[in-house]
Amino acid sequence: MLYVKSGRSRDDLVVRGARVLDPVEQIDAVCDVRVDRGVVAQIGANLETNGHRVIEGEGLVLAPAFVDPHVHLRVPGGEDEETIASGTAAAAAGGYCALLAMPNTDPVVDSAAVLGSLIEDAKREAAIPVGFLAAITRGQEGSELTEMVELAQQGAAGFSDDGRPLVAPALMRRALQYHGISGRRLALHCEEPTLSRGGQMHEGAVSAELGFTGYPSVAESVMVERDLSLAAYEEQPLHLLHLSARESVDALRAAQSKGVAATAEVTPHHLCLTDEAVRTLDSNLKMNPPLRSADDRAALIEGLRDGTIGSIATDHAPHARHEKEVPFEAAPFGVTGLETAFAAVHTYLVEPGLVPLETVLERMSAGPARAYGLDEPRIAVGAPANLVLLDTAASWRVEESGFRSRSANSWLLGQRVTGRVRLTVAAGRTAYES
Amino acid sequence: MGEIHVMREGFLPPKPPPRRHLISIGDLERDDVERLLATAGSFSRSLEREVKKLPTLRGFTVVNVFYESSTRTSSSFELAAKRLSADTMSIKAAGSSVDKGESLKDTALTLGAYDPDVIVLRHPQIGAPQLIARYTDAHIVNAGDGKHQHPTQALLDLYTIKEELGRLEDVHVAIVGDVLHSRVARSNIQALSLVGAKVTLVGPPTLIPRGIEALGCEVSHEIEAIQAADVVYVLRMQQERMAKGANYVPSLREYTARWGVTPGRIRPGQKVMHPGPMNRGVEIDPRVADAADALIETQVRAGLVVRMAVLYDLLTTGPVPVASPEPLEVA
Repeated sequence: MLYVKSGRSRDDLVVRGARVLDPVEQIDAVCDVRVDRGVVAQIGANLETNGHRVIEGEGLVLAPAFVDPHVHLRVPGGEDEETIASGTAAAAAGGYCALLAMPNTDPVVDSAAVLGSLIEDAKREAAIPVGFLAAITRGQEGSELTEMVELAQQGAAGFSDDGRPLVAPALMRRALQYHGISGRRLALHCEEPTLSRGGQMHEGAVSAELGFTGYPSVAESVMVERDLSLAAYEEQPLHLLHLSARESVDALRAAQSKGVAATAEVTPHHLCLTDEAVRTLDSNLKMNPPLRSADDRAALIEGLRDGTIGSIATDHAPHARHEKEVPFEAAPFGVTGLETAFAAVHTYLVEPGLVPLETVLERMSAGPARAYGLDEPRIAVGAPANLVLLDTAASWRVEESGFRSRSANSWLLGQRVTGRVRLTVAAGRTAYES
Repeated sequence: MGEIHVMREGFLPPKPPPRRHLISIGDLERDDVERLLATAGSFSRSLEREVKKLPTLRGFTVVNVFYESSTRTSSSFELAAKRLSADTMSIKAAGSSVDKGESLKDTALTLGAYDPDVIVLRHPQIGAPQLIARYTDAHIVNAGDGKHQHPTQALLDLYTIKEELGRLEDVHVAIVGDVLHSRVARSNIQALSLVGAKVTLVGPPTLIPRGIEALGCEVSHEIEAIQAADVVYVLRMQQERMAKGANYVPSLREYTARWGVTPGRIRPGQKVMHPGPMNRGVEIDPRVADAADALIETQVRAGLVVRMAVLYDLLTTGPVPVASPEPLEVA
C-alpha cells in the first residue's frame, strides 16, 4: 500500500541523549535510541553505539515521524508544480515518514493503469513511502463508481474525490455500501456546491467588508451531517477531509458518540489562522475550505485536543508561481504545507499553550496512520525506524529558497517560526538531515 | 565656535515618504478625508475661472487603465488629470494585450516601464490594485476593484453631502438596494462612519451581506426605514454581477414594488443620491431621479474636483499612511 525508492540499505544509527517522546508507547524520557539495519533495536540510557553513526540529540525531541494523509503530488499532469521526487523530499524535510497522495490529477487516478504507473514511479523516485488514493468516481465526475476492488488490489491506499464533493446522496450511499469490500477507507471532501458557488473566502464580517462572495461554513457542515447520517445508516466507516467549521466538528463528535466509525483531519492553516488573515489579500491565504472565524478555529483546536479530530493533514497543494501572482479572486485554491506543518503548529498552538506537544505529535503521526489503517510509526524495539528529531527551540524564517517542493505558495513566507526538523528516518532510512 | 552641536534627529536628511496609494477608504484617517475635501473645494473655486487649466501637475503622467466599462469614472479621472496639466494616457482592456491573454502582472510591468506617476485602475477582481502596486513604482488609485472598493466615489459623495447639508457629522444616510454587489456601498459605509455620519442599509435580506453590521451600520429590510434619513443613497441593481438562477429577488418587478425609491416613499426635502448608471424604473423612480432634491449631477461635478484633489494630494502633499499588511496574529 506504501511505495518507496528501493535499493538503499537500511541505516545503523544511534540518537543519543534526546527527549524520546512517543505518546502511543507512552515514552517520555531522555535516553538513547539505537537503530540496527533500519529497525529500532534498543531504547535506554548510555547505549553501546556498536560502531553506528551517532547523532547527538541533546536538547532535541525524538518522536515517531509524521504521516501526512493529504498531499497533492500533482502527478500525473502537474509536474511543473510537484513530482513524486520533489514532494517526498519536501515531506522528508518536514519530518514525514509517509504520505498519501490525492487522485485529483490529470488524468485522474481512477484506473488500475494510471495507479500502476504511479506506483512504478514511486518505486524509482519516492524519498519516503508513498500511498496513492484512487478516485471514488470515474474522472471524479460524481456519476459512476471506480472499480474499487481492482484498484485496491493494484495498491490503492484509499478512495477520495478530494477537490470535489460527492454531490448525489444516492451515489454517496452506494460508495459507502460498496467500498467496504475493498478494505480501504473512503475520504470525503464535504462541500455543498450550490452553497459555496463563487465563494472566495469564509462568509462573515470580513467577506462582507472586502466584498468577496462568501463560502459559508454551512456549505461544509450540511454535507458532513449528510455523510455522517449515511455512514450511520450503512454502518460503514469514513474519513472527513480538512474540516473547517464548528458545526462540522460538533456533528462529528455527536456521530462518534453514537458509535459511527468516523475519523477526520484538520490542516495547520485552519488551526493557525482565521479569515482576518485574508485582509492582506495575499493569494497564499486562499484555500478550500477557506480560513474561517475565530470561533470555528477554537472548535477545531478543541476537536484536535479531545481527539474528535484525530489527524493533522497538510492538504499540501502546490501551485505554479504565475497561477498565484494574480488578484486574490483569480487565484486557485490551495497552499503548500509539508515543510512548514510542524513549525506552524508548534508556533501557533504549542508555544502559546493551546495544544500540548504530545497531542500534536500523536495527531501528526499515529492519528493519520490509524485513520487509513496504516502501521503507526512507533519508537518500540522491533519496530521499523520511523523517527523525527525536532529542535523545538530553533527559530527560523520561512524562505522560498529553502523549499524542496517545486512550489512556494506558502502562507508562512517571510514569517519567523520556531520548531525545526533536524533528522527524518523513514522506513529505516535517513531521508532528511539538516 | 568651539561649541559642539549634537545633530538632532530632525536634522538628518528625511527619509523618502512611503509611496502612497488610494486603494481603500480603510487606508485613510479622518484628517486625510478632511484635507482631500478641502483641496477639492479650492479646485472647485478655480474651475469657476475663465481658464480652467492649472499648471500644478505639469510633467506628471497619469495612466488610466480600465478593465471594466465606465463612463463617468474614466472621463472624470481623465479630465481631472488634464485640468491639472498632467499628461494622460487611457488604456481599455478591450483591444489591448489583455485580449491576447496577458496577465495583470505583465501589464503592470509593461506600464511601469514608462514610469507613470499615477496609475488609475479599474478591474473586476478584488486585489488587483495591490497587485499593480507591487509591480510598479506608481501611486495607485483604485477606481473600482470588483465588489471591494471605489474610494473616489465615496469621497465625492462625502463632498456632495457636505456641500448640500453643510456638515457630515451626524448626517443620517440610508443606503438602499443591492449592497451585496456594491463596492460603492462598502466604500461609503466606511467613509461615512469615518466622518461621524450614521448609516442605515435598506434592502432585501438576500442583497445585504451577512456580517456587514460589523462595519458600524444598521440594517433594515423595510423601505420605510429610509424616511428617517437626511440622504437616501440609491444603489444600482447590479444584474451583471448576479449569476443566472441565483434568485436574489424573485423578479425586478417585486423588487421595485417593495424597495424602489418612489416619490411616495421619500419626504420632501430629503436628498437623493445615486452613483450611476441608474436603472430608471427599477431601483429609482424617474420622478425621484429628476426632482430638485436629487443630487445625481452634483455628484458627477463633485467627482471631477475630488479626483483632482486625489491626484494632487498623492503627488504633492504630506504622507498618508499606506496600509501595510498586519503581521499575522499568533494565537
